[in-house]
Amino acid sequence: MMAGRRKWLQLGVLAALIVLLPLFFPSGYYYRVGALIFVNALSVVGLVILIGYAGQISLGHAGFAGIGAYACALAPQHLGLHPGLAMLLGALISGVVALLIGRPILRLKGYYLAVATLGFGILMSMVLTNERALTGGPDGMSVEDLGLRAMLRELGWRLSGGEMWYGVSGIALLIGAWVALNLLDSPSGRAMRALHGSEIAASTVGIDIARQKLRAFVISAVYASIAGSLLALQNGFITPDVAGFMHSIEMVTMAVLGGVGSVFGGILGAAILTFLPQLLTVFAEYEQLVLGAVMILVMIFLPQGLLPSIGRRIGRKGE
Amino acid sequence: MDALLQFIFSGVTVGAVYALVALGFTIIYNASDVVNFAQGEFVMLGGMITVFAHQAGLPLALAAVLAIIVTAAIGVALNKLAIEPARGAPVVSVIIITIGASILIRGATQLIFDKQLHRFPAFSGDDPIRVMGATILPQSLWVTGGALVVFAGLWLFFTRTLTGKAVLATANNRIAAQLVGINTGAIMTLSFGLSAAIGALAGVLITPITLVSYDVGVALALKGFAAAMLGGMGNPKGALVGGLMLGLLEALTAGYLSSQYKDAVAFIVILAVLFVMPQGIFGKSSTERV
Amino acid sequence: MSLLEVSGLGIAFGGLMAVNDVSFAVKPGEIVSVIGPNGAGKTTLFNMISGIYRPGRGAVRLNGEDVTGEAPHRLAEKGLSRTFQNLQIFQEMTVLDNVLAGYHLQERGPIWADLLSLPSMRRRATIARDGARALLERVRLDKTEGQQAGSLSYGSLKRLEIARALALNPKILLLDEPAAGCNAVETEEIDHLITELAGSGIAILLVEHDMKLVMRISSHIIVLDHGEKIAEGDPATVSRDPQVIAAYLGAGQEEEAEC
Repeated sequence: MMAGRRKWLQLGVLAALIVLLPLFFPSGYYYRVGALIFVNALSVVGLVILIGYAGQISLGHAGFAGIGAYACALAPQHLGLHPGLAMLLGALISGVVALLIGRPILRLKGYYLAVATLGFGILMSMVLTNERALTGGPDGMSVEDLGLRAMLRELGWRLSGGEMWYGVSGIALLIGAWVALNLLDSPSGRAMRALHGSEIAASTVGIDIARQKLRAFVISAVYASIAGSLLALQNGFITPDVAGFMHSIEMVTMAVLGGVGSVFGGILGAAILTFLPQLLTVFAEYEQLVLGAVMILVMIFLPQGLLPSIGRRIGRKGE
Repeated sequence: MDALLQFIFSGVTVGAVYALVALGFTIIYNASDVVNFAQGEFVMLGGMITVFAHQAGLPLALAAVLAIIVTAAIGVALNKLAIEPARGAPVVSVIIITIGASILIRGATQLIFDKQLHRFPAFSGDDPIRVMGATILPQSLWVTGGALVVFAGLWLFFTRTLTGKAVLATANNRIAAQLVGINTGAIMTLSFGLSAAIGALAGVLITPITLVSYDVGVALALKGFAAAMLGGMGNPKGALVGGLMLGLLEALTAGYLSSQYKDAVAFIVILAVLFVMPQGIFGKSSTERV
Repeated sequence: MSLLEVSGLGIAFGGLMAVNDVSFAVKPGEIVSVIGPNGAGKTTLFNMISGIYRPGRGAVRLNGEDVTGEAPHRLAEKGLSRTFQNLQIFQEMTVLDNVLAGYHLQERGPIWADLLSLPSMRRRATIARDGARALLERVRLDKTEGQQAGSLSYGSLKRLEIARALALNPKILLLDEPAAGCNAVETEEIDHLITELAGSGIAILLVEHDMKLVMRISSHIIVLDHGEKIAEGDPATVSRDPQVIAAYLGAGQEEEAEC
């Protein structure tokens, strides 16, 4: 009951932020940045479930984003599917792929799990890069329009592309956060956190560890896939970079930067790491340098991530 | 037959480099239980620094030595500034730190040097040597020879010197090593320096063949890691065998199956090894204690 | 009929037999204790019975069904529950959530219900929460339910682990040194709790170093030394057995150091 009220309070704050933020936008361009933040945050929320709840790392989740993105690019072209349905198809494929590879991969731990997932991600991006006939290779391919904007216009609602995607991505993030918070305070969520704490104790209370890990893996894969689809749809164009190693690393870094233990930590991390390069566009060459330094410094000085560390500081002052 | 021999030559050459990278992983992993994802950056630095020191007028040999020393210093700095402060952190944190270090080094390299592909002249010219219908570059002999010398030297170091034995003792049981008076902190520093130097040497040897740019490290690190895992994590002999096997597999795949997907071999090997024999060829199994 | 039946159980680590050819049985409502000097193989025996180690030889039967080498979560479904000598607490979770984890088998349901927070899930969770609160009250931890488990004292964690094990509503409960590190009052409480549980028909298998406790509550005692069963019987018989006395005298100093 308490937990339920807290959940709605948190979601309310997030919704208010999404609605009110545009009041402070200096230009229409910021709708694009906002939409990008929400999309990244969505995939990071998925990783919070995998890493933060269940304690399993993945360095290959961009592979699922790639499946989602290319499903939206390919399915309308080859199967005549509506882009919206293509997104669902992508999520389905990602879920099935995660189910199939998750079973053997999740038996591994620590570094081995990290490298196995990384291997999956790289194979995925290799396929997307090499199958030129289908994917256009490294140059990428264009993505059909969702048609939502035209539909809204007929209803008399004139929105710019940026505004519309800001709204769509914001709603997707709210739904994603709601589902993740539901899971946190549910039997499955407790089972995931329990196996994170002690696999042996979790199994002796009847938790099927392999099954719970697999659930977390599949759920997070679907999050990444939908985020990949949204990214493809709003850009109208997609390249294999979406499935690349660097994208996987960025996702994990966002999750860990904000605080992988909480949904809102993940969202904060996504916001910072998405916005930072926008600030640094003048110094584009410094982007990698800064990203690398941020990763190291946060892990050394704020190992729990920003949000819990800030929370603790405030808590201490309150005492 | 000639083609096969040709593939074997090129496989052994890249395999020797993978073996050196795998050896670098192994040394650090043994001393500190850390898997250093920045290992490939050491190779890249070895090549890049040599290129620019040579361009600045230094003789090639001197430029190479300078590159190895500077890279070793960077390895030590990595340990002191990023790994030691995070001692005892969960594996996820350590993974992020070393990946962060690799991105940082890459970013710094492209700022200090540039984003172009570079090479410097091969040590003994570029005239291929004919062997039974196939050809081999003199530089390939340098690479394989260099790798063998490093492995032999290291074997002597670990079995014949007190410091080497201290490293092995630390790998075996850190606390016990501390109790018998081994300075495990110094061992870690030594391991990072040594591992970085070996990586840099690999970079110096291979650059005339494969060229170097700021972003070659990631792929090398991943393949070195695949090799280390194939041989059995933490085992130098495994690093050598794993590296050569991976190099051969890659060359044969490129030759007979698909050159586009030759890079996929490493990851298929990783996944196959993990699923079929998680301990690798020379690894030991372990039981979790409750 | 016996609830738990162990026959010829053995396991080797690196060529050394840690436990060799151990057989015994536990009936509902019975308290069977396993005693023996340190390193006798008591915890290893527990780990084999509860599915954490796969036995090298021999068989474990639960309710007549062969369950040798089955995964711990399967055994939990069949009514076996345990605690750990060196505490396996979910440190980062709250005290209440720790016990709720013990309700997993009763509160679990389809994943959709969990993701969408459907009423059916909330109903199951509420029942589990009420049960968990009652259990916390029973082990006097109800005041701490919102705290992080990692912040509790050692004695409290011991009781929390028992509460979690009880949450499974087990038919047989394996307790690995429940009184270790507890003061006299706490030991007394654990004594009562165990007797009460046995009285309600739960079979208890106990490893404990506190001999006074063991002698007082056990209906049957198994003595292990160097992985082998050297004696068994009721408390009076076992305490007179010359082999048992010899084994304990040999390890007497260690035992004292521990108490």
